[in-house]
Amino acid sequence: MATTTDDLPARHSLGKSMKRKEDPRFIRGKGRYLDDIVLPHMLYLALVHSPYPHARIKSIDKSKALALPGVKAVITGEDLDAAKLEWLPTFHGYDKQMVLAFGKALYQYQEVAGVVATSREIASDGAELVEVEYEPLDPLVTPFQAREDKIILRDDRESKTNHIYHWEVGDKAKAEGELDGSAVRIKERILSPRCHPAPLEPCGVLADMNKATGRLTVYMTSQAPHVHRTAFSLVTGIPEDKIHVISPDVGGGFGNKVPVYPGYVVATVASVIIGVPVKWVESRTENLTTTGFARDYHMDVEIGATKEGKVTALKVSTVADHGAFDAAADPRKYPAGMFGIVTGSYDFPTAFAEVDAYFTNKAPGGIAYRCSFRVTEASFAIERGMDILARKLDMDPVELRRRNFIKKEQFPYPSPLGFVYDSGDYEATTQKALDIIGYDELRKEQAEKRKSGELMGIGVSTFTEIVGAGPGKHFDILGIKMFDSAEIRIHPTGSGIVRAGTRHQGQGHETTWAQIVAEELGLDPQELLVEEGDTDTAPYGLGTYASRSTPVAGGALALAARRIREKGKKIAAHLLEASENDVEWKDYKFNLKGVPGKSVTMKEVAFAAYTNPPPDSEPGLEATYYYDPPNLTFPNGSYIAVVDVDRETGAVIVRRFLAVDDCGVVINPMIVEGQIHGGLTEGFAMAFMQEIAFDESGNNLNTNFTEYLVPTALETPHWETANTVTPSPHHPIGAKGVGESPNVGSPQAFVNAVMDALAPLGITHIDMPLTREKVWRAIRDAEAKVS
Amino acid sequence: MASHEFRTDRVEVAFTVNGKPVGLAVDPRATLLDTLRDELGLTGTKKGCDHGQCGACTVHVNGRRVNSCLSFAATHEGAAIDTIEGLGTPDNLHPMQRAFVELDGYQCGYCTPGQIMSAVALLAEPCGESDAEVAECMSGNVCRCGAYQNIVAAIQSVRKENAT
Ligand code: FES
Ligand code: FES
Repeated sequence: MATTTDDLPARHSLGKSMKRKEDPRFIRGKGRYLDDIVLPHMLYLALVHSPYPHARIKSIDKSKALALPGVKAVITGEDLDAAKLEWLPTFHGYDKQMVLAFGKALYQYQEVAGVVATSREIASDGAELVEVEYEPLDPLVTPFQAREDKIILRDDRESKTNHIYHWEVGDKAKAEGELDGSAVRIKERILSPRCHPAPLEPCGVLADMNKATGRLTVYMTSQAPHVHRTAFSLVTGIPEDKIHVISPDVGGGFGNKVPVYPGYVVATVASVIIGVPVKWVESRTENLTTTGFARDYHMDVEIGATKEGKVTALKVSTVADHGAFDAAADPRKYPAGMFGIVTGSYDFPTAFAEVDAYFTNKAPGGIAYRCSFRVTEASFAIERGMDILARKLDMDPVELRRRNFIKKEQFPYPSPLGFVYDSGDYEATTQKALDIIGYDELRKEQAEKRKSGELMGIGVSTFTEIVGAGPGKHFDILGIKMFDSAEIRIHPTGSGIVRAGTRHQGQGHETTWAQIVAEELGLDPQELLVEEGDTDTAPYGLGTYASRSTPVAGGALALAARRIREKGKKIAAHLLEASENDVEWKDYKFNLKGVPGKSVTMKEVAFAAYTNPPPDSEPGLEATYYYDPPNLTFPNGSYIAVVDVDRETGAVIVRRFLAVDDCGVVINPMIVEGQIHGGLTEGFAMAFMQEIAFDESGNNLNTNFTEYLVPTALETPHWETANTVTPSPHHPIGAKGVGESPNVGSPQAFVNAVMDALAPLGITHIDMPLTREKVWRAIRDAEAKVS
Repeated sequence: MASHEFRTDRVEVAFTVNGKPVGLAVDPRATLLDTLRDELGLTGTKKGCDHGQCGACTVHVNGRRVNSCLSFAATHEGAAIDTIEGLGTPDNLHPMQRAFVELDGYQCGYCTPGQIMSAVALLAEPCGESDAEVAECMSGNVCRCGAYQNIVAAIQSVRKENAT
């Protein structure tokens, strides 16, 4: 039987479902989110958007807007260009992005001008009065059109092609040779469609330039405040010490709040020029149409295998739609992120993956929506591919997976695409899932139902994620290595303040960070205040996204706490009148070796650090740690979906869904459970509802919540959860991170289940989202073929 | 505070907010949501879409839940408006607030005021008994963090308490 949280030894603070420290403010409407902040005399920014996906801008007339009482400024791309602020560097540094459309508008809703006024209403009225003359141009709507290079999108770039980059990993010749020689082979074009994270709180900024002090304070919805401070300094030339970024309570991020958006820059420029605070908060439509989209990977997946179902080779060729600028938030050396995780949980002798990215007339982005960089796409490709292979082999999809799992003894496992998986016990995690759901019974029920023509499906996903970037030698953003940091100060009375370079948006760091530190120091987690998001006080960190907080900052916290313990030991020895060698940390206190009952607590040590430190030692009790992890972590899970499909309507009912996760050591089971519910809900949404689609002319078809369908309580299935614990061997507390696993691992379980239900009709694959209409059409077409 | 110095066409309106009388001169286009947030400083009520599609702005008007982003402040003459700020105090939380804490009914907290106000109003509505019926009655409140299962559990626990 696999280990679960309950089997671990009793701990001081880890593994406890401590209530959230945010509770008192959040349940009373006392959270302080960006738009709740009001500064005296602040102005509001509204943006003017292009109605065309591709158009030359012939002229912009500001006069009517400027004549409106209350309008203070109208800013265009030309103005920004004159101030050398028109172009923003993208995070990996290979492209640049227009702040405001300049010369040409490159996607529908692109920001064309900004109007600054004394109220929200006047700013929007002013935006309507800005007269822009456009000359519409033919748009590039798909990367396949872009690939032909008949229309060149970016005249500002030297290379006259829409091709952005080619990236590859693995041995192409060998993989192709193995595929050719395989007894069984599958190939499928699988789309991970464009979608949007759409956190409930939209993105926003409140820039406050204080001309007296020369200091710029920027409140922003930021998942990475320090990186944003550096980026602002690089773009504006304002010295970094003169910039103060504050990320207040953040109402969900999911990757959407990692990039820097035009609205942030225009509001900041306006504040710098006018010298008063300027606020910009995007509307829901602006959110869905202009800020960080996700996915848009067209993947050709090929797998070879023996007749017995042993995989021999994998090849995945991807065409990526990056929109008008290459603003994908990927680390510099990894333009396709961690797509190399595409071999998944399986022991492929050889593999090859390549990605070609193209510019199109769509909004830029390519952000990691609730996943590590491009892992959702990769995981979907392999888990769908394995199911299609199982069907071809006429083998149970679980059996096929089991024949190919990387075995427990193979860890640390070097994958053919260059990663070293830290740990896992896929067999045990899967067995647990099968037992809980009653897999064999379900298969029997399905066989019965099929006899009467009922469409019942069971879908599995046994995925492996890759999260926690660094290590810094491989991963950086703007050249800054992807470490993270923690600073702990213990006060004389044994309470303390804990700061980290991360910024939570619902992950509960205020609680879990306190638990990590409390566990290491034997202190009360309730008396450890956690603070994040203020660049004046928090140590430099790369922020919260790609499930990196616990793997990276979590490590920094534990190691900073251990530094406190080292110093504490000296103080304890002084208090115990013993040599340091005779003191040991055990049972959450300092004990005199061999003398039972002779011990001091961290609380006593803290008091002594300020009142009675050892002679000739430095008083006080604090520590900082910048942690560059030696490797990534590889959370994994086995998910099973059970669905019933209505033949007449195409409606899918998710009857059951079980997620068995292995995220290593669990810090707070209640918070982990919430994260899993959340990720599953978003995975469900991707599978069945969410898509940012475009018509043939490049018009965005999903610009608000009645067109971009997000799940409510009504659609969301009931989630069953369980876990196994395989600690990460290299992480200081053995944790791996969890916030994104359910989002990465679940879409394919749903789709596999629906395809399993439709198997008797000979349907192999339908691209997400599996809307009722798409499923109904597929059934109708399949039935037409049969009759 | 939002400045409306250039608006001359303001209309007067009087209502109570969380039991306290309020008299205002508002832009006739001002929504109840913006009025609560910008004029009265009651920022607990949130804006997630401004189009009646997310429920983050849910408040009570005469005891019934409404999307305050879809409702003009000027139309509420004489009404009793209740917001999250009036629901409970730290020492005396509303049972629904307590249930949200107990059952972990949120993550980022942004939808939470709207969810709680919606859930409290639901207690007085003819909503069916099952989880599915509660989920349906709550379908106007989006939670992008996906805390639905626990939100429904929280509501059910309060209903059970009330029934006994
Ligand atoms: S803000 Fe009112 S329903 Fe979304
Ligand atoms: S808790 Fe974040 S939107 Fe509901």
